[in-house]
Amino acid sequence: MSEADKRAYWRRNLRLMVTLLSVWFVVSYVFGILLVETLNRVVINDFPLGFWFAQQGSIVVFVVLIGIYAWRMDRLDEEFGVAEDREQLGGAR
Amino acid sequence: MSVTLWTWIFVVLTFGTYITIAWRSRVRDTKGFYVAGQGVPTVANGAAVAADWMSAASFLSMAGIIAFAGYDGSVYLMGWTGGYVLLALLLAPYLRKFGKYTVPDFVGDRYSDTARLVAVVAAIFVSFTYVVGQMRGVGVVFSRFLETTTTIGILVGMAIVLFYAVLGGMKGITWTQVAQYSVLIVAYLIPAFAIAQQLTGMPIPHVSFGRVMTELDAMQRELGFDEYSSPFTNNSQLNVFLITASLMIGTAGLPHVIVRFYTTRSVRAARWSAFWALFFIALLYTTAPAVGVFAKYNLLETVAEQPRAEMPAWFDGWEETGLLAHDDLNDDGIIQYTPDEATNELTIDNDIMVLATPEVAGLPAPVIGLVVAGGLAAALSTASGLLLVISSSVAHDFYYRRLRPEATEKQRLLVGRIAMAGAVVIAGYFGANPPGFVAEVVALAFGLAAASFFPTIVLGIFWKRANAQGAVAGMAAGLTLTAAYMVGVLYLDMPELFGISPQGIGAIGAVINFVVTVAVTKATPPPPAHLQQLVDSVRYPSGVEVDTEEARR
Repeated sequence: MSEADKRAYWRRNLRLMVTLLSVWFVVSYVFGILLVETLNRVVINDFPLGFWFAQQGSIVVFVVLIGIYAWRMDRLDEEFGVAEDREQLGGAR
Repeated sequence: MSVTLWTWIFVVLTFGTYITIAWRSRVRDTKGFYVAGQGVPTVANGAAVAADWMSAASFLSMAGIIAFAGYDGSVYLMGWTGGYVLLALLLAPYLRKFGKYTVPDFVGDRYSDTARLVAVVAAIFVSFTYVVGQMRGVGVVFSRFLETTTTIGILVGMAIVLFYAVLGGMKGITWTQVAQYSVLIVAYLIPAFAIAQQLTGMPIPHVSFGRVMTELDAMQRELGFDEYSSPFTNNSQLNVFLITASLMIGTAGLPHVIVRFYTTRSVRAARWSAFWALFFIALLYTTAPAVGVFAKYNLLETVAEQPRAEMPAWFDGWEETGLLAHDDLNDDGIIQYTPDEATNELTIDNDIMVLATPEVAGLPAPVIGLVVAGGLAAALSTASGLLLVISSSVAHDFYYRRLRPEATEKQRLLVGRIAMAGAVVIAGYFGANPPGFVAEVVALAFGLAAASFFPTIVLGIFWKRANAQGAVAGMAAGLTLTAAYMVGVLYLDMPELFGISPQGIGAIGAVINFVVTVAVTKATPPPPAHLQQLVDSVRYPSGVEVDTEEARR
């Protein structure tokens, strides 16, 4: 890996990380805590929306965020030719 | 067949499985003992992380706490799962690339041996605080369902853990935990689905508990309580925010969870392990709010304003353990449940809600036996993971890295096993004489983890300039101030500053750690070039493995 490639790889990694962490912050701290009272005025399927984000919605989003991270990083690794051998995983996925 | 008989059947069956697995995965080298030979498949590792980390607090206490705290119980749901996002994005892949045995290994190699020592102390401190909660969980389960005393229950539990942890180390623990995850998740979901079907005719609890909650809100209003779903009734918005943050940062800083990402086959596998871990955890965590609502609804429906004489057998059973009490203040023979202490006649320990709910709902005896086995699986799987951290801190980080670097593989393994046995005995003692609620004690351990490891490791990866002086000062400051605040408020009658609860102080401790580390680093010279190279190498997945031994010379 050249120095320029290294810098590019790290920058793309950081950008992905910051994007995902922003979503993480919004669904939990903003929707679930800071704006909970406002969102609770909306009720869907008997669930006040703020309450739903705090107790279920944020958790579902967290799982999706980590999934996106692992998937995007796989692609980034391949693009920069630093992907680890799939054989090494022993079909672990 | 009776509940007790079914319980024995499930307990003997599951314990037998764990012991068989442990025997088949026994190890002879330190790499197998500490990181399972770095050969654990991704999905299995995810399930092991989930079992390791979902403790007696998650399985037994959490839904109960949520049942009584309503919305404010969200701190546990978001806090304990949100930390995995931090862990997956900020720590797991880099620590796997680093590729050693323990968390103090990273701190020691990245910063200095003094930093390593602080990390060892913090790891032991956090793990012991945490393991006590697990032992209390084991005690509660045994005393109610197997008609033994708490102490005997704890002794049996410790003997089992000792057997498989000492024999198989991380390898034995990992495969046992995969089995334990299966037991605990089935045990958690079956009653939840059954009760959802019973109450709403719609068996998926995640979707159907909203309707029950609407009724529960009305019921609580009638009895004079705040509505279940309304926010900030037990805790201020500030505290909900800070406790959530403490639990998130703490989860990402827990040594027994972090070491799990050393056990995968590659960096890529570490990322996917984090995904599977949270996926498996989310199965329980998205069900818990439903269980909380069902438990509270059923309890109020069965108990509130009803004559004591008409209570079913489970009421007497729990009264005998002292975890449920009816004090007939006005001698009318009816159980008055009110928010006012002067008229309230019912006290319920949070910890019994999950265990009691199948009985309260009148589910068949085998289901109750299964839930007991699940509770034990949750407590024992976490206890074994923690004991491994304590053992590796003593035997690897302290004995081998500091005391006797010339020790042979065999000696190191022996010291590791002795340390583990010692830790089991101490943990058992504290389990029999526990200092408080399961989840409360565990929540404090999270605060301490948040204030010590997380900032140090994150800065170590993302800021090349961070140096040893900064890390040592940061960890010491974060840990000391957090611990002092907790002790002060909980035991020395110190008033809460700005209304911040002891459970929420970890977030502040983490910020203090960050600030002190940065300030001290700026005032002292940058770290030597080989450490900056180490940071460089952990940032990229493949290529030359980093030889930190070489780098340290």
